[in-house]
Amino acid sequence: MTTHDPAGDQESVYAGLLGDTDASHWAFGTGFDDPLAGVDTAVPDGVDRADLAAYCLMLGDDALVLAQRLAEWCSRAPELEEDVTLANIALDLLGQARPLLARAAQADPGAVPALPPGSPAPPEDALAFFRDEPGFRNVRLVETANGDFARSTVRLLLFAVWRLALLERLRDSRDPVLAAVAAKGVKEVAYHRDHAARWTVVLARGTEESARRVRAALEAVWPYHDELFQSHPVERRVAAAGVGPAPEDLRAPCAAVLGEVWAAAGLAPPEVPGLARVGGRAGRDGVHTEELGRLLAEMQSVARAHPLGSW
Amino acid sequence: MTAPAAPAEAELNARFEAVVAAQERIEPRDWMPEGYRRTLIRQIAQHAHSEIIGMQPEGNWISRAPSLRRKAILLAKVQDEAGHGLYLYSAAETLGADRADLTRRLISGAQKYSSIFNYPTLSYADVGTIGWLVDGAAICNQVPLCRGSYGPYSRAMIRICKEESFHQRQGYELLMTMMRGTDAQRAMVQDSVNRFWWPSLMMFGPPDTDSPNTAQSMAWGIKRHTNDELRQRFVDMTVPQAEALGVTLPDPDLAWNPERGSYDFGEPDWAELRAVISGNGPCNAQRLAHRRRAHEDGAWVREAAAAFAARAAGEEAP
Amino acid sequence: MTTEGTAPRAAGDWPLYEVFVRGKRGLNHVHVGSLHAADDTMALRSARDVYTRRNEGVSIWVVRSDLITASSPEEKDPMFAPSGDKVYRHPTFYTIPADVPHM
Repeated sequence: MTTHDPAGDQESVYAGLLGDTDASHWAFGTGFDDPLAGVDTAVPDGVDRADLAAYCLMLGDDALVLAQRLAEWCSRAPELEEDVTLANIALDLLGQARPLLARAAQADPGAVPALPPGSPAPPEDALAFFRDEPGFRNVRLVETANGDFARSTVRLLLFAVWRLALLERLRDSRDPVLAAVAAKGVKEVAYHRDHAARWTVVLARGTEESARRVRAALEAVWPYHDELFQSHPVERRVAAAGVGPAPEDLRAPCAAVLGEVWAAAGLAPPEVPGLARVGGRAGRDGVHTEELGRLLAEMQSVARAHPLGSW
Repeated sequence: MTAPAAPAEAELNARFEAVVAAQERIEPRDWMPEGYRRTLIRQIAQHAHSEIIGMQPEGNWISRAPSLRRKAILLAKVQDEAGHGLYLYSAAETLGADRADLTRRLISGAQKYSSIFNYPTLSYADVGTIGWLVDGAAICNQVPLCRGSYGPYSRAMIRICKEESFHQRQGYELLMTMMRGTDAQRAMVQDSVNRFWWPSLMMFGPPDTDSPNTAQSMAWGIKRHTNDELRQRFVDMTVPQAEALGVTLPDPDLAWNPERGSYDFGEPDWAELRAVISGNGPCNAQRLAHRRRAHEDGAWVREAAAAFAARAAGEEAP
Repeated sequence: MTTEGTAPRAAGDWPLYEVFVRGKRGLNHVHVGSLHAADDTMALRSARDVYTRRNEGVSIWVVRSDLITASSPEEKDPMFAPSGDKVYRHPTFYTIPADVPHM
């Protein structure tokens, strides 16, 4: 039998929420130790290591670059509650980027930029902070500037719908690391998708001003959408090896989800073709918009000023 | 049924003072003197504003954090500050204040926030120093508030202090890591400590001889220790931490006083504190403009959500 | 004049919600604080983000503060107001049109 202790109840709600020794709640989603801890890191038979690394960079860079953009909202959101939520989403994506970059480094050490001897930077940080722009393989969508809240919302919606469709299939990847990242990420990205979808509907059906802004946002962001479904040779090969889905296969399920959002919001995407490529190349090939160079210059500045630094 | 006669104010006040004297909590619907309510709203709002403005100096470095781990830690920390601001506004609202109105008072300059956040963050070491010294000083200030007389405030402080202790640890850990790094990093840490030491001491407010409201606040159980008591406690706590870290605190008068069992230390530059408090600090205008811009840029979003909710409620109602 | 922090709401100010959280199985929901949201759905989502850091295991209730009727802490105690009331007794919790002066 237990005695009832009202003061204890009061304490215990905090105990339940905070824990006494566990720091993970406040550094949410960071994974403090080895980002691949506890996961089988053997590369499955028949999978090309360079392809696996390139594919992990694609998915890791998408998450890292969008996290960087979302973190720019910190202290600038329309309301405090939204500030907390956007930071949570950015933290989720950072948490996904870390093991993906670590896996890329482990699958193909040659992909990791060389640092001066004695540099303590772990390989995932070398990839994030010492890789030049042409080495980044994210789609152009995620590097586009935040714009107003409508534009960031629509960008997150298009990205999260696609990424959730991807991660759902990636749970069955023959690569155990990708499967583990996907299993954890599905829950996170489902939340991101719902959040963005709800805000899209709210803005579209809110005031005249918000409806105007969300339509303008969709006009501006939509041309970047198609690139998500354009297969890069690496993606085709990893799909053939059972590591990831073929990008074209995600087109129909994503369209179905977005169709529901457009219907609820009373929105229609513009009938425009996807953004042209550059000599046939785009984000997955390391050919980006002008935005990415500035984003990386800022993101990498401290790390590059101290290549032997310990953080 | 007859309504009981309203008790006389003197009787209510006597009951109120008995509750406070017994170290029990005053709760939102209890009778309380108007001065207590106003003082509390001002103190809690100022504290909440400090958390919200305090997101900016560290937020300045999120985009440049030099490792993925540090980026996540810093973002989570700044996010915690938004959460703390929210808990505190929530406590102020139990006293009848309204968050939107308090926000308007912040951005109009009618209400203050902690002067420390009007100093610039000039290197990544400042992230560590803010965690170690600024959050450390905040903890000294705030731990006693967990036992304050107003229930919602003291409960918010319990959670905030718990998270702040993680903040302080992450800051100290960053500095320790940097001190084990390169010469340039060690110099960066020392420079940062040089800039933040005195402003941290000023966080405890003016000297007791110059703090007119302290006595009433202590009688009401809103404040538990004087500014100078807390400042001394902070110095005594921090000096050994600085030694362990290997940095020099920029005060030639700092010395152990065996008779007092405490450290003697120099006089902060109160003229500088007054300048910063009165709006002339290095970043006052910038911090307020940032907050004002965020609030104004968000207005159309808040209005859209309110309009959407109103329409949805209208559609549901018969 | 308006007293400190008690001005009437502007068009885009969201109403206040109270948040109750069950930290883990076997415990009651406990009041943990409040937040602002435009509607119930947003309140629930924000509560999860703000008060539980999206801890999946917990259960959350949200309710608009102005829908709560609260008893006096001690009905017979002369210290307190005599009858059931809203959680907050201050005038700001009653919406006043923005064009009414000096409230």
